[in-house]
Amino acid sequence: MPSAAGQTVRTVLVKYEKEVLAEWIRLQLAATTLRGDLMKENELREQSRDLLSLLRPALESGRFESLESSDWTQVKEFLAGVSRTRGQQGFAPTETATFVLSLKQPIFDRLRNEIKDAQALADELWVATVVLDRLALFTTEQFLKTRETVIQSQQRELLELSTPVVELWESILALPLIGTLDSERTQVVMESLLQKIVETGAAIAIIDITGVPTVDTLVAQHLLKTVAAARLMGADCIISGIRPQIAQTIVHLGVDLSEVTTKASLADAFMIAMRRVQAKLPTGT
Amino acid sequence: MEKIPILRMGKFLLVTIQVDMHDRLALQLQEDLTERIVAVRARGVLMDISSLEVVDSFIGRMISNIAAMASVLDAQTVVVGMQPAVAITLVELGLSLEGVRTALNVERGMALLNELVAAELR
Repeated sequence: MPSAAGQTVRTVLVKYEKEVLAEWIRLQLAATTLRGDLMKENELREQSRDLLSLLRPALESGRFESLESSDWTQVKEFLAGVSRTRGQQGFAPTETATFVLSLKQPIFDRLRNEIKDAQALADELWVATVVLDRLALFTTEQFLKTRETVIQSQQRELLELSTPVVELWESILALPLIGTLDSERTQVVMESLLQKIVETGAAIAIIDITGVPTVDTLVAQHLLKTVAAARLMGADCIISGIRPQIAQTIVHLGVDLSEVTTKASLADAFMIAMRRVQAKLPTGT
Repeated sequence: MEKIPILRMGKFLLVTIQVDMHDRLALQLQEDLTERIVAVRARGVLMDISSLEVVDSFIGRMISNIAAMASVLDAQTVVVGMQPAVAITLVELGLSLEGVRTALNVERGMALLNELVAAELR
């Protein structure tokens, strides 16, 4: 049921749609937040026109209290689409929110011309402000959601990218670790290493930690777990790429690596692995 | 009652676990195996657990107990064919089976046993 408040906002939008739209686009084009480099003018015009035409029926429903009601679904879907594309195009959050907020000025101008009574004008302005602010907030929220999904998918990719297991020689695997080791990554690393051991029948795995920036007790524990799991599968592990600072920290922390063969460089580890494999493997394999 | 077969291969005993290990079965295996080691004067035990897909802490401890008992009876134990998931579970349970020798498959395990026994005789 349409209430008295917001009546004029509606009339303004119905009566002066063309003027409001023209004014709005003019303002957007003149604004400093315009990103001509990211978006064509045509696209902006189209988006503005679509939003205005969707806004009209939604306003006619007369429910301004919240955007939850079904009257706003279309507007919300449209805005979600806009902020998604803008998020991917590289717009800043402010620039995206400004798209909605900049509609205030043309509407307010029209309202001021329409209503002479100060009290009524204030009421109408309030309604318009509430609606547009909510829409702008919604847009920002959607924008952030888009960004978050991007971040999450990148994290996943990073996890997979950063745990390659390479076969250096027959029966010798290398696992160059890059980046900090947390529990989740250790799990992935362990699984891919063990899987590869089964696939290739490797007898020795070299875990190279040159790319691990810091080793604390937790990281050391994760490393030892990986070594223990590989040993259970019947493969020996060599840890290589231990930098001087890391050697110092390991000793200071009291981490016991005496059970594991450690080498300073991958080359040394590879040498010792070759020697062991030749000693172990029966000839002909 | 089901039983885990213990096969004799020369001076070694071969145990292949092909069913889901439950506690009673593990205890039975422990008993049978120690008796067989003494009876045939086995020098080594090869335990193939490649079909074992589920382990708990009890089974994990049984494996290391069996290895310890065998070594008391002067037989080397090699556990072969552990599945990745089983290895991860055991490590997470804090059972890294120290003192148990492992190999990737039966072939490697046999080679390792031969080596160990040969080193003993030397």
